[in-house]
Amino acid sequence: MRTRLCLNDVGKTFTMHLQGGLAIPVVAGVSFAVDAGECVVLGGPSGAGKSSILKMIYGNYRCERGQILVTENEKIVNIASAAPRQVLALRQKTIGYVSQFLRVIPRVSAENVVAEPLIAQGTGEAAARKVARDLLARLNVPEALWGLPPATFSGGEQQRVNIARGFIAHYPLLLLDEPTASLDAANRAVVIDLVNEKKQQGVAMLGILHDLDVREVIADRVVDVSGFSARAA
Amino acid sequence: MTDFLSEEPLLRASGVTRFYGDRIGCRDVSFELWPGEVLAIVGESGSGKTTLLNCLATRLAPTAGAIEYRMRDGAMRDLFQLTEAERRFLMRTDWGFVHQNAADGLRMTVSAGANVGERLMAVGNRHYGNIRGTALDWLERVEIDGTRIDDDPRAFSGGMRQRLQIARNLVTGPRLVFMDEPTGGLDVSVQARLLDLLRGLVADLGLSVVIVTHDLAVARLLSHRMIVMRNGEVIETGLTDQVLDDPQAPYTQLLVSSILQV
Repeated sequence: MRTRLCLNDVGKTFTMHLQGGLAIPVVAGVSFAVDAGECVVLGGPSGAGKSSILKMIYGNYRCERGQILVTENEKIVNIASAAPRQVLALRQKTIGYVSQFLRVIPRVSAENVVAEPLIAQGTGEAAARKVARDLLARLNVPEALWGLPPATFSGGEQQRVNIARGFIAHYPLLLLDEPTASLDAANRAVVIDLVNEKKQQGVAMLGILHDLDVREVIADRVVDVSGFSARAA
Repeated sequence: MTDFLSEEPLLRASGVTRFYGDRIGCRDVSFELWPGEVLAIVGESGSGKTTLLNCLATRLAPTAGAIEYRMRDGAMRDLFQLTEAERRFLMRTDWGFVHQNAADGLRMTVSAGANVGERLMAVGNRHYGNIRGTALDWLERVEIDGTRIDDDPRAFSGGMRQRLQIARNLVTGPRLVFMDEPTGGLDVSVQARLLDLLRGLVADLGLSVVIVTHDLAVARLLSHRMIVMRNGEVIETGLTDQVLDDPQAPYTQLLVSSILQV
């Protein structure tokens, strides 16, 4: 099956009960698809709803309208109506998320933070940690830090730990939330390589990338989100 | 590794209601808990979360509703239809209950080793050397120095007592553990250590957990799914990060927006 992700007339409105039930429309009528081996980038100005779309696909925002269809092996799952445990199963095997910010877990070393998704997919601990170390080395995280919990790392180091965690496992669909923001040129180049390797493995990717140079290199297609504005509709 | 798509739930609550006289403890609570899943019950003091937990763990009889549990033979049984002996056996072997106050879950006047060993003896272990060996092993898993095995828990700090209580609960290899504010009253560094330990044990042992907490950060770190309660009723349920990142009910929005940022 070529199509890995298909959004069909997706819409989202936030209702702020603490502000007297104020309704804030975010997006409406979002429809597009992403194929295997393709990297699609969401375009549009800040506040157009790019992150909200990514979060609805990952399931940490509720999708109120429309369908979000993801292919899982030969099955099609609609995330908008899936039970929580179906979403958890998708996150374990099918959908990965590379975000900008690391949610630090007390006392867990950088190496284990990175290895965790691979272990969750069934790889042995020693083998997973070996892959984690290789990735941390590629992303120029100093070896002295690998055994330490990332809470005290610099912002850039934490971000690279999180990128390694996002790329380590194999997910047929990978969501990229500004993976290169605030990275230096050398590390940006590493991320570009990682994305290209995933493409070659047939991974479908959907990303938010404000960095125009990187977008130029990795995007196969740009979907302009401002066309789905709920305010215009 | 947690298999999120196993076909059968481990625990099923249907319309669980508990009144104290004409006051509501909890009302009409229904959910299913699946193997390997961690479910957090959150809400403010008096929201009914501990009442619900006590009903689930058969420490309190519900006024109405049913609670079913999948026994090791695969059969789904109504917990309140079991004989008292069957229920006690379940609580001693297949279940754990971690109290907020460790003194409620430990025997304070016998040694740490005996606290862990006692649960083993309850399931038929009689060989002293084996029991002591297993107890020692578990003390180390919860990061209590083996040289403290003969000390009684009165000589332990709050964090150590809590870790000992966890060892005592997990030594029999339970499938389901109930936790009532397990990190409440501990200072933050002790709490972080305990959370990390719990997180590791839950993942390694594939435990199912129902955890009551008012601390949303604890719920975020440990749980897959969340139930938000208020005035004895469930007002919102869902994936933990979805409830916290995109709360729907007015009360949940208030709860989430009241978290202090560090």
